[in-house]
Amino acid sequence: MANNLKWESQKLATWYFTVAAVLFGAQLLMGLIAATQFLYPAFLFELFDFSVARMVHINALVVWMLYAMIGSVYWLLPEETGIETVGVGIGKLLFWILTAAVTVVVLVYILVQVGPADQSTIWLIHEGREYIEAPRWADIGIVVVVLGFLGNVFLTAIKGERTGIMTVILADLIALAGLYLAGMGYTDNISMDQFWWWWVIHLWVEATWEVFVGSLAAYGLIRLIGASRQTVEMWLWIEVAMLFGSGILGLGHHYFWIGTPEYWWEIGALFSSLEPLPLVAMFVHVTYDWGRETGQGHEVSNSPALAWFFTNAFGNFLGAGIWGFFHTLPQVNIYTHGTQFTSAHGHLAFYGAYATILIGMFYIAVQGTNNIKQLKATFDSKMAIFLITLGVFGMTIALTVAGYGQVLVERAQMGATWEAFFISQDTLWFVQGLGWRLAMGVVTLVGFVYLIKDLLSTGKNPIHVR
Amino acid sequence: MSKRTVSVWTDVRFWQRSAAWVTGFSAALLIWLTFDTMGQIQMGTDADLKAGITKRVPAATVINYNIDYKMDDHRGHEVPVIGGKEKFFGRDDWSPEEAQALLDLGKLGSQAKNCMNCHTLLGNGAYYAPDLTKAWLDPAWGPNGPYLGMTGKDTKEEAMAEFLQHPSQYPTHSRMMPDLGITAEEAKGLVAFLKHMSSIDTNGFPRNFGKKDLTLREKKAN
Repeated sequence: MANNLKWESQKLATWYFTVAAVLFGAQLLMGLIAATQFLYPAFLFELFDFSVARMVHINALVVWMLYAMIGSVYWLLPEETGIETVGVGIGKLLFWILTAAVTVVVLVYILVQVGPADQSTIWLIHEGREYIEAPRWADIGIVVVVLGFLGNVFLTAIKGERTGIMTVILADLIALAGLYLAGMGYTDNISMDQFWWWWVIHLWVEATWEVFVGSLAAYGLIRLIGASRQTVEMWLWIEVAMLFGSGILGLGHHYFWIGTPEYWWEIGALFSSLEPLPLVAMFVHVTYDWGRETGQGHEVSNSPALAWFFTNAFGNFLGAGIWGFFHTLPQVNIYTHGTQFTSAHGHLAFYGAYATILIGMFYIAVQGTNNIKQLKATFDSKMAIFLITLGVFGMTIALTVAGYGQVLVERAQMGATWEAFFISQDTLWFVQGLGWRLAMGVVTLVGFVYLIKDLLSTGKNPIHVR
Repeated sequence: MSKRTVSVWTDVRFWQRSAAWVTGFSAALLIWLTFDTMGQIQMGTDADLKAGITKRVPAATVINYNIDYKMDDHRGHEVPVIGGKEKFFGRDDWSPEEAQALLDLGKLGSQAKNCMNCHTLLGNGAYYAPDLTKAWLDPAWGPNGPYLGMTGKDTKEEAMAEFLQHPSQYPTHSRMMPDLGITAEEAKGLVAFLKHMSSIDTNGFPRNFGKKDLTLREKKAN
């Protein structure tokens, strides 16, 4: 890859983006294996079981997003502060340590799979807790690497210019990193276990990650369409107030049924119902700025990135906001909790809220790396965004239909037992829904192939303005 | 920061401060509620069980007792009901230490064997296999269910332990549980973990558990 980057920090960012893209591909492959096993349970049975495929599927998801987020910070840090990242050499060393650790963890997941019922498994193989399965040795390594990363970001921000966007990112990263500690303990009490587990999962994806996305959107609007920094940063603070105001106590919607007291019904229902509001605000904000700036004759400096940022604004609202609101009230959730409804919401929310904007950041990096003034859309870039969005949205609709069938049969009619579960899995709506999910998963993978092709080749394309 | 600010609504500092206050207030409330919840979901003691004191999460020695899941008219949903003594693997006198060790083995086992990436526990996990929240009370393991006969065992706990050690030998669906190398001792721990989990007060989740093919009105009357 040609490298015209002025800042070492941005070179380091492209390394993070590259690994993120590879892990994104791994996530899709594991998802396809798991989706196939739903329809053909004999597929890889007792060789590479659903639990393994699913564990790697969701871990690759979390890790590629964290990689892309770290990459995004290293990318925008010199531009926002006006100076080179102070400890970029250490940053590069930490990148290799983290990447080596991730590789070992994934290989152990795939090759060892399960361990004996003692602490050695928790320390060396995996912790068996959805999304944060990484074994404890890796937890400690992650903490060390993240401390180095935070040190880098803070020292740079203190030395350089400090914008509103940087202030929000600094505060947010502290919270994001600190929350990881809540998921590192062990307890025999499954209610206590899940209580703290949700501190990590919920306060990441429904609070700190969302604020991070708000900051990236703010950076992107200035960078892509020349929006006024003052307006954008004012909006960012409004979004922070709304996101944290609803998201922090929205945590209550995970505490309806895990042994925790009844008052979480009211707290969770009220605040999580407010969670879509900031997402509407962000969508309005991006759309309004886009119209206003281009109406005033500002050129779009990176069309594919803007398309992904716009998809983010809408997808976040639809996937996290609408699909989340569907089943957030306890009256509904008592039937839908732990069914394919959750899976439908999860797919569109992670894609709409996070995957989209991070892919937008990939495009900003491609533009910078190839020294392009104005990056235009290509056939491949259009196919990528169209097919991936169609694929994920299709999976979501399919899983929603399957979930609807499952809830009616398993939960409402048959009494939520072992037998009820399996009867629901054989109903027509469920089986067809899961069939469409697999088909749409393949569409997503084809879109991903176009995306990678475009990211690797568009830099050489003569259509861009240099 | 603009010097021509005409309205507080377009003042960056106003929103910056609002964000700080809203975040601080929400975080403080969350931390306060967390302390309260910690107290309420702390595991109970063996003395609580003997005295008939209801805890949201009972002590591990709950394995010595019969557990049921019944409609509570006052609360408007089902709650676990801990009844009289009941033998668990032939004993109803598991000491607090023994019961805790067994539960510890089971909880570790549930993580080591990655239960949560196929099943849901308390409704959280993957959706490939049945929810285990009230698995101990599932009619599939009762006198009219298939598993006692299939495994050739006399009691629910023995049937469950046998199944866990050789799951793919006892399929009830084309989607089978794989052999995870669970030992006899680990299986015992896992069954204790499941029995303990069924005694947790989950605010009525799952609703109408085990009540099949009844109309809503009949379910209410039950």
